[in-house]
Amino acid sequence: MELGGKVAMVTGASRGIGRAVAVTLAGLGAHIIVNYAGHVEGAEETATLVRDLGVRTLVLQADVADQVQVDTMMQQALQEFGRIDILVNNAGITRDNLLPRMREQDWDAVLNTNLKGAYHCTKAALRPMLKARWGRIINISSVVGLSGNAGQSNYAAAKAGLIGFTKALAKEFGTRNISVNAVAPGYIATDMTADLSEENKTRLLSGVPLGRLGTPEDVATTVAFLASEWAGYITGQVIVVDGGMSM
Amino acid sequence: MADIFDRVKDIIVEQLGVEPEDVKPEASFVDDLGADSLDIVELVMALEEAFDLQIPDEDAEKIHKVGEAVQYVLDHQ
Repeated sequence: MELGGKVAMVTGASRGIGRAVAVTLAGLGAHIIVNYAGHVEGAEETATLVRDLGVRTLVLQADVADQVQVDTMMQQALQEFGRIDILVNNAGITRDNLLPRMREQDWDAVLNTNLKGAYHCTKAALRPMLKARWGRIINISSVVGLSGNAGQSNYAAAKAGLIGFTKALAKEFGTRNISVNAVAPGYIATDMTADLSEENKTRLLSGVPLGRLGTPEDVATTVAFLASEWAGYITGQVIVVDGGMSM
Repeated sequence: MADIFDRVKDIIVEQLGVEPEDVKPEASFVDDLGADSLDIVELVMALEEAFDLQIPDEDAEKIHKVGEAVQYVLDHQ
C-alpha cells in the first residue's frame, strides 16, 4: 500500500486523530497539507513529523467553518502542489451539554465546524479532483453519529450529518472515480476524550470487546487504507473503528 | 467569434467526449450531446477556467445549448 506522489489535505491536523492521519499518509509517501484553526505549535509539530518522513508539507491556517478562509487555503494549496488527491475532513470540536442547557452558540459552533466545515472543504477540493478524474474524500464521523450519546446532541447530529453527506457525495461523484467514505471512531485516546472521569472511562472500556482505548493510529491506518488504491471499489461506506464497542 | 467558438467547442469535445462535428451552435447539451447534470457543472467549471470567468449559478442554469455557451463567453470576456 502506498500513496507516493499523492497530495493529501488533512483538516484539524495539529493534534489527535488529524495528526496521526497526516503522519500515516506521509509514511506512505503522500505530500501533506496540514490545516489547523488555532493551535499553530501543534500544526508545526505535525509538519516536522511529516517532513522527517521525506515528503513535502504545507501548514495552512483556516477555520473550516469560514468559507472565505477555506477558499484561500485551497488556493494556496493548489499554488504549491497543483493538485489535491485526498481530502480528510477531520476538524472537529465538542461543546457538550444536555439539550435544555445547550446554548444556541454551542449548537452552531459544533455544526459549523464539524458539518459545514466538511461542506466548505469538500466543495473547494472537488474542483481539482473532478479535473483529475481521481479523488478520495474521507470524513471523520463518530460512533456517536450512529448510536447517539447523552449530552452530545449537537456533536451526534453533526457526525450523523457527515454520514448522510458521505453517502450523497458517493452517489454524486462515483462516475468520476472519486470515492467518499466515512470513518466512525469509537473511544479514542485524544485530548478530546482526556477530560472524561475515571469512572466514565472504566464504564466505557467495559463495553469495548478489544478491552482497550483506541489510538489515533488505529483510526489513521483505516483512513490510509480508504485513501489507497486498495480501497478502489469502496465508496459510501462508514467504517467503524471502535474495538467492537458499538456492535 | 470563430476563435471563441472553436475554443468552447474543444472544451465541450473534451468534457463530454463527443465528436467535434456534433458540436453545433443549436445542439442541446442534454438532448443532443448526452450530458447529465454533473457533466454540465463540470463544463461550466472548465469554461470558467479557460476564459477566466466566474459564472454564477443563475447564469449557468440558462445555458442549455452550445451557442448559448459561446454567447455567454463573448458577452462576459
